[in-house]
Parts: sequence; structure tokens; C-alpha cells
Amino acid sequence: MELICPAGTPAAFREAVEAGADAVYCGFRDETNARNFPGLNFSREELRQSTALAQRKGVQTFVALNTFMRAGDEALWYSAADDAVALGADALILADFGLMAYVAEKYPQQRLHVSVQASASNADAIRFLVEAFGARRVVLPRVLTVQDIARLTRQIDCEVEVFAFGGLCVMAEGRCSLSSYATGKSPNMNGVCSPASHVRYRQDGADLVSELGAYTINRFGPGEASGYPTLCKGRFDVGGVEGYAFEDPVSLDVIDEIDALRAAGVSALKIEGRQRGKAYVAEVVSSLKKALDATPAERAVLVARLRTMSEGQRTTAGAYDKRWR
Amino acid sequence: MQSLPLFLAKPVDVAPLWLVERVARLIFSGVLKAHPDLFERLGTYRQARYCFSPTDLPLHFTVVPAAQTLAVSRGQPPQADARVEGPLLLLLGLLEGRCDADALFFSRELSVTGDMEAMLALRNALDDSAIDLPRELGRLAGPLSFLVAGTARFIRSKALEGRDTTWN
Repeated sequence: MELICPAGTPAAFREAVEAGADAVYCGFRDETNARNFPGLNFSREELRQSTALAQRKGVQTFVALNTFMRAGDEALWYSAADDAVALGADALILADFGLMAYVAEKYPQQRLHVSVQASASNADAIRFLVEAFGARRVVLPRVLTVQDIARLTRQIDCEVEVFAFGGLCVMAEGRCSLSSYATGKSPNMNGVCSPASHVRYRQDGADLVSELGAYTINRFGPGEASGYPTLCKGRFDVGGVEGYAFEDPVSLDVIDEIDALRAAGVSALKIEGRQRGKAYVAEVVSSLKKALDATPAERAVLVARLRTMSEGQRTTAGAYDKRWR
Repeated sequence: MQSLPLFLAKPVDVAPLWLVERVARLIFSGVLKAHPDLFERLGTYRQARYCFSPTDLPLHFTVVPAAQTLAVSRGQPPQADARVEGPLLLLLGLLEGRCDADALFFSRELSVTGDMEAMLALRNALDDSAIDLPRELGRLAGPLSFLVAGTARFIRSKALEGRDTTWN
């Protein structure tokens, strides 16, 4: 299985390449990518240099143009696709059907991957994208079990990539409106889930309080590991009971499922984290690279340290290992 | 959480403010000169006022990248657009991109307040710059360059033991 690694900056890109990535995914510094945060992402020149480095090292470069085009402003997305192709991207990771149609028509030889943001999670949806736009790979959402994934790979005629480590989105990706509701800015249209412009942290005595827009997301007690200020991992009072309504502050880790995913026909494992620093990228990529060829017992040791770098300092296999309660 | 060793903290604590400020300014201007790409990645946030407050020193370092100004103060934290607090050695580790800011935030070793866009821009700009503080200190030391840079590297490796990654 290939290891697909994140890079939010050229420095992180270099770290991912050196640490053993088979492919590095990244995006431009604008609304065309779903990690549109201040100071993050690539200029055209930076992508050119990074792609050249990757080619020298035998590593692929995937460019994520994984937000949805805004009516009237399609040129921004079209020119991003034109530039990514011209700069030598090995694959474009796309979410918008209109953009897929543009790329399929203008660059029929260009490898097209279906972003998780496209929310293609069943055989009919994926078959349609393969037939209509020649999609070669689909990135599945993090809401399927390993058994679901195995069933799906048998029914479709394209490669399957799944998230293996990092941020855990528990929503219908590409359709989630929680952040838009709270801030007016959308992860799907503007590329920002919990935009930094609306995030505030404050100390209340020994507690850390995180806020998003007008909403208090969480209150972490002294010494309690904290998490990102996302509504889906907020602690709320629901029906008089205080707790996590959707999901805890926790990261995804399906390293224990590597053999099962391989047997299920998965072609590539994706590491989330373009917003993370190069130190994180280097450590996670090198650990997972080793884990791919390690025994189950060795894997546990390899990834134990990664837990301390994770949201809430905890990890879960999430839906991959979901059992009925 | 590592605190600054006493043999380092004490001299900084008792040193006159102007001396600490002078050394910090020299390092700051050396870093900016060696890494002009920082400004490009910071974008409009280069105008922001950032305050770094080490939790193991009674000092605050306030910088405005665009103006290339740095001020050191004691007592109450000064006004700033964004502020980060944590042990000095971790703050320096962040400056060099040797530690992951999110991981330190999750473990509560680091706290951030104020304008999070400005803070993110700075974090990402620093992370993309291969800043090497021992090298910068060495440059300031003239004929003692080799000795100062070597000592600083030794202190850094001890301070970040177990945290430092394969970053090179």
C-alpha cells in the first residue's frame, strides 16, 4: 500500500519525502484547497520546486483542489487546475463535479482522484465518477467500517485510498455545515473548518476555554489534554447531560487495521495533517512507513509516541472498528 | 515540561533589561536577515504585534516583524495582538520548527491567546524557515563562534531530548 503524506509548507514537503512518503499531497495558498489557513500552503513557484524535488526522489505529488467552486468565480479553480497540471502534479484531488468535468475534458491523461470532500461513499456514486470523469482513485470518508470498505472495493473499478492517521472527521465530509453555521465561513467553500478568525482561547482560572464565534466549544480542566475548537468535538449540555455530543477530542489511528485494510483491497493509506508542523510530519510519516512492514506487536510500539502528538492525546480506530452498542 | 536550567535562568533573571534586549535584538535581526522568506509567508500579519512570554522567566518579548522591532519587559504582559506562553526552551524549539505547536497545545504546555489568524501565520512562517538558533548565536560570537554554537547545540539537544524529531 502507498503512504500518502501531508505537506502544508515546502519544509514539511521535504520532510515527508525524506521520511519515506510514496506521495505527498498539498495545495495552493487560496480557497481552492480545504486547508486554507494563514501562512499555510504553496505558491506556484514553491509547488514547482517541490514537485521537482519529489520527481528526483521518485515520490509523487498530489495537488488538492478540494473545495467547491463558487458560481461566477470558477476561473480561480480552473486556473489552479491548469497550473497544477503544468507544474507536474501526478494527480489532482478534486471534490467539485464541475471541476472534475473541466479536468477530464481538458486534460484526459491527467490522473484524477476523488477527494473525501466529494462524499462518495457508495458503489453507485463512485461508479458514476469513474464513468463520467475517469476517476482513478477515490478517497473514502472516515465513517465506513473495514467490512464496508472491503465490500465497496469489490464493487468498483478504481483504486481506494483511506485515512489511516491524524484528524478524525466524523461528518459527511464536503457536506458539513457546522462551521458555516457558527462562523459564516465554510470548510467546503472557503476551505476553513473552524476558521482561525473566529477562534478564541482564554484562561478562566485554571481552565482553558475554547470558543468559536459566539459558541463555547469546550472547557478543559487543569492538566486535561485539549483539542481543536471544532463543533463536532465540542462538549455540550444536551438534555441536562454534559458531554461530547458527536465525538471526543481524539485523533484517528487505524494502524492496527493495516493488514485488514490491505486484505480489503485498499491501495493507499492517507495521513491527515497539512496544518501540522514539519516535526509532526517527519515523525508520523517515518513511524507509519516502518509500521507498514512491521509485525502487529512492533506497530504498537511504533505508534505509541504518536498518541502524545494527537488531538486530546488520544487515538481511536473510529468507524473502522465500529461495533453496535 | 522542561524549565530553563537554573544556571541559564539565573543570569537572564538578574541581567539588566537593556542587556537582554540588546542580545535578543541582535538574534532577532540576524534571523530576519537570514530568512526574508518569513515576511512573504506572514503576509499582512507581519504588521501584528506578537508577545512571547516564557513561563520560566519573568520576561516578555514583544516583536513586530514588519517594523523589525523587539522589546523586552518585566511585570505585566504588554499589549499584543497575539500572545504565546510556555517554557522558554519549547518556545525556542517552536521558533526552529523542532516541536509541533499543535502537540504542545494539546498537552497544555503551550497556551495561546489573541488573534489566532496572526498566530497561525507566524507558526506556519516559522515552521517553513530553517532557523538554526545556535548558528545565529555563533554568528554573534565572532572568534568564539564555534564554541558558542557548539554549546548552544548541546543545550538544545539536552533540552529537547525525546521531543526532537528526525528534522534536520
